[in-house]
Amino acid sequence: MKRSTRRHLVQGVLYVVFIAVVLFVVLSADWGRIQPYFFNLDVAASLFPEIVLTAAKNTVIYTLIAFVGGVLLGLLLALMKLSPVLPYRWLATGYIELFRGLPALLVIFGFAYALPIALSWQPPGGSTGAGLIGLIIVSSAYIAETIRAGIEAVPKGQMEAARSLGLTPLWTMITVILPQAFRIITPPLTNELVIIIKDTSLLFIAGMALGDRELTVFARDGLTSTANATPLVIAALLYLVITLPLTQLVAKLERHNKRGR
Amino acid sequence: MIPVSHTASEETGRGPTAAAPAIEVRELCKTFGTNAVLKGIDFHVDQGEVVCVIGPSGSGKSTLLRCVNRLEEPTSGTIVVEGIDITDSETDLDAVRTRIGIVFQQFNLFPHLTVLQNLTLAQRRAKKRGKREAAEVARKNLEKVGLSEKADAFPTQLSGGQQQRVAIARALSMDPDMMLFDEPTSALDPELVGDVLEVMKQLAREGMTMMVVTHEMGFAREVGDRVVFMDGGVVVEQGVPEDVLGNPQHERTQLFLSKVL
Repeated sequence: MKRSTRRHLVQGVLYVVFIAVVLFVVLSADWGRIQPYFFNLDVAASLFPEIVLTAAKNTVIYTLIAFVGGVLLGLLLALMKLSPVLPYRWLATGYIELFRGLPALLVIFGFAYALPIALSWQPPGGSTGAGLIGLIIVSSAYIAETIRAGIEAVPKGQMEAARSLGLTPLWTMITVILPQAFRIITPPLTNELVIIIKDTSLLFIAGMALGDRELTVFARDGLTSTANATPLVIAALLYLVITLPLTQLVAKLERHNKRGR
Repeated sequence: MIPVSHTASEETGRGPTAAAPAIEVRELCKTFGTNAVLKGIDFHVDQGEVVCVIGPSGSGKSTLLRCVNRLEEPTSGTIVVEGIDITDSETDLDAVRTRIGIVFQQFNLFPHLTVLQNLTLAQRRAKKRGKREAAEVARKNLEKVGLSEKADAFPTQLSGGQQQRVAIARALSMDPDMMLFDEPTSALDPELVGDVLEVMKQLAREGMTMMVVTHEMGFAREVGDRVVFMDGGVVVEQGVPEDVLGNPQHERTQLFLSKVL
């Protein structure tokens, strides 16, 4: 058999399998029951506008707090890990290994309950605020490694040129190394951001006041009160409404930054 | 301070003869691990003098240059720049570095900044010049290297030769007392070498103190006040270009020159 004929044959089989699977799913599903249970327009309508004005808004706010906090703390940890001072390196390494090794849910739970007791201190935002601290702690451990890799990916000559011009180590870091490092790590940092958006759903473990509810908790409450799965579907769509434009925006930024490479 | 008995600048009548040497290196040793790269170098550059350092690769000439502003940490020995001992831990290295311009083989322009920003960054942060003054100095130096129209371009939009001329302008914008060139044309396509050498010749004519590590024997012969031949981590031979290049005394110098000329 000729090579090209064989290739066409393989492709043909792949198409047939694909169509068969789609047909099986469509035909075997009970659309009569799925529609009212998952795509119930009356239930959907009852969720608005609160699901946007409270739940989606809170998801966005929690994401921003956790991401900004995670980047700042992650930057500090990355610099500590690259520090010539040995105890700083130990501390940063220990921190990163610890919090990357624990489930985020456990850390959030721990901070939400243990922090107010251990420090006799109620963080702003109540238990949700305490949970957010846990989320910042977890995300910073991942982000620290990303930033460290970015800093190390900037060619050594950049540091040498900057220092030769008389820039101090701090100014070299701020004006020469970090801007290039952040350009390099834009794709993995976007990844972290999308993960954080989804991880805000873990904050429920801290317990939430009604006004603090984010998308997942809101949808779960909707599920319970209406005995209908439509709230979950709407929440899922809203997550995508948040994440998709964001990944598009970052992809655009990345193309723009290529100019300065 | 050890008086310098013989200088080429006295013979050529270039530069002030009574002043302290711009660079004075005594008994300099540098080892990387077990690899001794510099084995007791005595070396000086007088004010206004152009010294070309030649030698086979691995002879330690780049390491010597990099030690002069302590990009490499000397293992032992003293390096005195304009009367300031830079191997002394009390010396403000950043301040000394603003007086030593360095041009690297790989240009090391800051890729995230425009040409103008490359030239103003250190002026503003290390020399504390105002925005306007820094830009003025930058434009003056861009004009000097013939690249005024490239002020708003990014480094990646320039040819190698243009990038190296920008790098020279960047170093000049700090108003250095001396310029060190580390194989400035070795990374360039042959047809781009001429423009860079022309800028360097212009600098030499203006009386700039220069230390040039180079493989361009034509440049060394034409522009150098003195040629220093290094091999195996020691200074083998030095003197005016006609002697060292035209009538070398040492076998190693003869061997090297027979290969490159």
